[in-house]
Amino acid sequence: MKKMKYIFIACTLAMTGCATTAPENLFQTSETSLQDRQMQSRFFETKNEVALLSAGVAVLQDMGYSIDETETKSGVITASKTVSATNNAQIAGAVLLAVLGGGAMSVDSEQQIKVSFVTIPSNLNNEGYLARATFQRIVTNTQGQVTKAETMETEELYVEFFSKLSKSVFLEAQEI
Amino acid sequence: MKSLKIAFFAAFIAITGCATHDARILGADNQVELRNMQTRAFDTSDKTVVVRNVISTLQDLSFVIDKADTDLGTVSATRLVNGSRVRMTVTARLSSSGKSTIVRANAQYNLKPIENPKIYQDFFSSLSKSLFLSANAVE
Repeated sequence: MKKMKYIFIACTLAMTGCATTAPENLFQTSETSLQDRQMQSRFFETKNEVALLSAGVAVLQDMGYSIDETETKSGVITASKTVSATNNAQIAGAVLLAVLGGGAMSVDSEQQIKVSFVTIPSNLNNEGYLARATFQRIVTNTQGQVTKAETMETEELYVEFFSKLSKSVFLEAQEI
Repeated sequence: MKSLKIAFFAAFIAITGCATHDARILGADNQVELRNMQTRAFDTSDKTVVVRNVISTLQDLSFVIDKADTDLGTVSATRLVNGSRVRMTVTARLSSSGKSTIVRANAQYNLKPIENPKIYQDFFSSLSKSLFLSANAVE
């Protein structure tokens, strides 16, 4: 019986020894893919793609991002920023734990946010462009470990972003 | 005694089963097979349209674009989902006849290159839906 146990352990080791491979459904579009696209895109009635892109650059600058990469021919802007990720609830938890004698607990300290802003000529309407923004972030804690690596999918974020972009498009048009 | 032998053998596989240092740097020795699964041809000579559709397909798959170069036809993107990281580069170039655009995609999941044909197939099927063109195998 004991020998069987060893065989079992050794075999599990053999199977898990290498890094995990990619799941088969990795590139299957998710059920929410269409909703996500709608949430992340807006239509702008303009024939000037470069003006829309530059309004995008301006709004990203407004939000404190630095531009990493731009490509006007296919309408891509990428930008990023590193900001604090501390949240009060987590700190309160850590303090409470320390008070109770649980020792130091690491809390989220910073997050690197990355955004890509893409414009594409609209298929349905030749008179304009679609702008699509996607955000992702990597959160690290006070010990430098990655605690979260995710795509940001909260609706408010995109609503706020596009309201700022609409203002920016207007301001650019008015040259303010 | 026999079971001990099996255990020893399994443990040996555990230690040596992973890729060696050189394979990690130079990649696996299956160039032709990899190219087959990572490459498709689309019947269009408009590379810019292909690049734009590659970008929007990647966005549909929750990728955030890192870099794009339309002249060279390269797009790189990263996807972060549930703590895993997928890095992908897609290149589009005109075929020698100039009648079709050849698209090649290669991706890495966490620390390992993706070598599962099914996964690339899913990507190309999304791309062909977005382009309204069928994805043809390259001879």
